[in-house]
Amino acid sequence: MDNYNPANLLLLLVILFNFFLLGSSRLGACIRTVAIQGGILSLLPLFLHGFTGHALILAGGAFLLKGLAIPFLLLRAIRQVHIKREMEPLLGYVPTLLLGTLATAGAFIFSDRLPLIEAHRGSLFIPVGLATLATGFLMLITRRKAITQALGYLIFENGVFIFGMLLAEAMPLMVEAGVLLDLLVAVFVMGIVMHQINREFSTMNTGQLSSLRE
Amino acid sequence: MLELFLHLLLLFGLSPLLPGVIGKTKALFAGRVGPPFLQSYYDIWKLLGKGLVISRTTTWVFRAGPVLGLAVPVLAALLVPFGAIGAPLSFAGDLIFFVYLFGLSRFFTAAAALDTGSSFEGMGAAREVTFSCLAEPTVFFCFIVLARLSGSLSLDAMFGQALNAGWQSAGPSLVLVLACLFVVVLVENCRIPFDDPNTHLELTMIHEVMVLDHSGPDFGMILYGAAMKLFVLGALVVRLVFPGATENVLLDTLLFSGSMLLLAVVIGVVESTMARLRLLRVPQLLVGTMLLSFFSLILLLR
Repeated sequence: MDNYNPANLLLLLVILFNFFLLGSSRLGACIRTVAIQGGILSLLPLFLHGFTGHALILAGGAFLLKGLAIPFLLLRAIRQVHIKREMEPLLGYVPTLLLGTLATAGAFIFSDRLPLIEAHRGSLFIPVGLATLATGFLMLITRRKAITQALGYLIFENGVFIFGMLLAEAMPLMVEAGVLLDLLVAVFVMGIVMHQINREFSTMNTGQLSSLRE
Repeated sequence: MLELFLHLLLLFGLSPLLPGVIGKTKALFAGRVGPPFLQSYYDIWKLLGKGLVISRTTTWVFRAGPVLGLAVPVLAALLVPFGAIGAPLSFAGDLIFFVYLFGLSRFFTAAAALDTGSSFEGMGAAREVTFSCLAEPTVFFCFIVLARLSGSLSLDAMFGQALNAGWQSAGPSLVLVLACLFVVVLVENCRIPFDDPNTHLELTMIHEVMVLDHSGPDFGMILYGAAMKLFVLGALVVRLVFPGATENVLLDTLLFSGSMLLLAVVIGVVESTMARLRLLRVPQLLVGTMLLSFFSLILLLR
């Protein structure tokens, strides 16, 4: 495996951002990090498949949505509801980080054992994709605020995107476009929901949604 | 023999220059003139000529702290290659010896602080010990990566010619190791963002509070020892960045000295651009660094 392949370096950066996301409590920084992560991912199709029309459209679409549109929406959402940081995660930051690292280590070990085709063997795409999925899951599980859960969902989608890269030639453009559109709609809905939660309960903690009241 | 002489000359002669360079860099950022480059030499010289005040409640442990604080970096320096100049002393497994030499000096510094009976110094000792026990696994993970790359258990070989091949075959994990070791240098030498060497505010001091009761020659030894510790740990980072060797001894020495000064400038820039972390965030960051070094090991082993 050649380690100096630019795609591999980008994937390593993605992992470092995963760690940062699990350890940081500042929402603004988290959203920007997810934006940068998305931007980096959008470069991957170009490195993997060259400057073909398919890859260009995929990269452009991903960059516009993941790097610009969705972060912009989320940043606007936290400005509207005036929150700056995740206050009390269900699990502390250090334990989450530990779990994240364990999951990453697991992803690396596990992907070595998968029956992959020869071309994908030893590439960083699969372990990094799995690790990013795990990071997204962890964010979804351990955080209380609706917005960090939306972020977890985005990271999760980034993981799926990394997996999709390997299949980009086989996968029709429509599928990827559909996923991205779904994502955008989901974030839209999340933004509206967050606004409503905030107005009704004057808090964004999803834990309070489970208690009924008149 | 010549190698040993050159090693010690570099260590004793050059190490107090590093705090001077860091101070000058910070002054430059703040728009001040700053103390001269040789300020640390003046300070140490002045302190060595002063009298000594020792509290009646203290025992020999109080005097042992500074002595070990000076002796340990000198011993540790013998295990570390300075640039392309090989280590005078090296044996298999000396990486563990290296780490626990610093553990010894830390123990005696903390014990000396506790020996004064001041609760204030006890607090500093507790913080210092907590942070360094979080930094220790990072150092070991980094050393394991390097040991694996070089196939050897001595620092001289780990930071030797094997690094060139290592950068070719395992660049990404060496970049992570480099970042982790740099953080360790900052923590172990009490630099911003972990500890502010200039502060004397009781709530924030860590290292500085432990040595408050030392005066005169004892304090001079502590300052000299701290400068050497920065030099020795910095030498590891520098070696990782510039693994090459020219055949000329003079040229190697110059290259090493220049890169050490460059490291001091980098530390100065970090200190000027970053704020000190809240005390609660420090362990979090250290655990993060540890996990990063662990990840670099996974990356290498897979």
